[in-house]
Amino acid sequence: MIDPQVVRRDFPILQRQVRGKPLVYLDNAATTQKPRQVIDAMNHYYEHYNANVHRSIHELGEEATHAWEQAHERAARFINARGIEEVVFTKGTTEGVNLVAYAWGLTNLQAGDEVVTTIMEHHSNFVPWQNVCRRTGATLRVAPLTAQGELDMEAFRSLLTPRTKMVTLTGMSNVLGTITPVREITKLAHAVGALVFVDGAQFVPHTYADVRDLGVDFMAFSGHKMLGPTGVGVLYGKREILENMDPFLYGGEMIRRVTVEETTYNDLPWKFEAGTPNIAEGVGLAAAMDYLDKLGMDNVREYEKHITGYAMKRLAELPEVTIYGPPAERRGGVVSFTYGDIHPHDLASLLNERGVAIRAGNHCAQPLMQQLNVASTARASFYVYNTKEEVDVLVEALQHARKVFAQ
Amino acid sequence: MTTDEPQPNAGSAEAMYRDHILEHYRKPRNFGVLKDAHIDHREDNPLCGDDIRITMKLAPDNTVSEVKFQGRGCAISQASASLLTTKVKGMPIDQVKQLTRDDVVAMLGIPVSPVRLKCAILSLAVTRNGIDLYEKKLNPSS
Repeated sequence: MIDPQVVRRDFPILQRQVRGKPLVYLDNAATTQKPRQVIDAMNHYYEHYNANVHRSIHELGEEATHAWEQAHERAARFINARGIEEVVFTKGTTEGVNLVAYAWGLTNLQAGDEVVTTIMEHHSNFVPWQNVCRRTGATLRVAPLTAQGELDMEAFRSLLTPRTKMVTLTGMSNVLGTITPVREITKLAHAVGALVFVDGAQFVPHTYADVRDLGVDFMAFSGHKMLGPTGVGVLYGKREILENMDPFLYGGEMIRRVTVEETTYNDLPWKFEAGTPNIAEGVGLAAAMDYLDKLGMDNVREYEKHITGYAMKRLAELPEVTIYGPPAERRGGVVSFTYGDIHPHDLASLLNERGVAIRAGNHCAQPLMQQLNVASTARASFYVYNTKEEVDVLVEALQHARKVFAQ
Repeated sequence: MTTDEPQPNAGSAEAMYRDHILEHYRKPRNFGVLKDAHIDHREDNPLCGDDIRITMKLAPDNTVSEVKFQGRGCAISQASASLLTTKVKGMPIDQVKQLTRDDVVAMLGIPVSPVRLKCAILSLAVTRNGIDLYEKKLNPSS
């Protein structure tokens, strides 16, 4: 089992205090903290070989290009893609969804076609599809959840028909923590001839996501939710599908030959990486993947089950707490809850006084909040450096908030 | 603006919740809906679910003769509505229109973080937009 005390030594920020108390950082589903190894890798890039990639014929340019391509290799290995041609670097998950929704959706969808998704999607995997459906005349079908906050598979199956062209869903809900049965869904979708897009923002950082084993056609994720920097993410796509797609953004880097009359495009994955990329961030993401693979993604998953189970047990001891979503074995490291009639924003402000950072709000998932019939929830989310003692601090801080409100 | 004496813990969120704001949150002033109001406006903040409706009656000299609010949301949004309605009662609406977010923050008497500012000024936005709509209705050409 991962020892969080050992992991914590690598994270300088975890030494800081907030309002005179040790920081208890439980907002990892929003963004994770960064280990020294990632910060050092990025500094090293800027201090030693900062240059543009795929352009400059000089030592620094060649070193930067090599590092950039190595980062793609690293990402391909992390998700078991066939090679770097299947690994497009983006700004983050949102750009990955938009890339596929526009570059694939606008040319492949038409009136009568259907896109199937779920009610628990983050806005970033909902709004782009809603918009592309509106523009193409396709219909967006939304699968509901069971009372326990898991995908209603019976209802989901009934939405799959020969009209279904794309199934797009989260691998793990950022609100409920629900892990979806991606492998099974992919089989069902492929059986009706649909492609599968997985929003991996909360999924890839927390479990081993092997794209070949899962069989998915696309999967997008973000570096900053997996110990890496902001501003970089990955879109995985099967080579034969990416090859047949038009580019999304046009400009430098993505071209092979440009004349006044026409342009031919670069090879994969560069065809989808227009403009000077976020090179230092790519280098940082590769370092984050090294760090996670050293811990072992199966160990990461096991540790999160352990800490999340403990948090759910402790939170359930508070009589007025309502926890949303499935039991710990079937969820990632995310616990959304409400506490009596205290508004989650008020809770978050009071917890901050004790150094505890949580998220409060609708978590960019308004359709789900409407289904849960709550305006907002408080959310604690965990990662490899969180300890049971921190969960105890959270529970004490909640009890204190209750007292403040009960006066 | 005038607040009470400085609190021992002044400036901390705990002090703010414990005293001034929680008091208004639990016992909101001017809570309810006025019938036959001149101004009746409601807005919400979908990001956090705060929701406020303000109704106002005006005297012939265009001062606020009666005002009530109804709503739900966090302590800051509800307390600020309670405080604001107390402040504008009897005020000429031209003066109400001049109120700023700084005035609201001053009434709350605590530092409001940028993230919570939206909660704090929802009632001000509802009041100002309600007055705008009322004036446009009276004078559609302006």
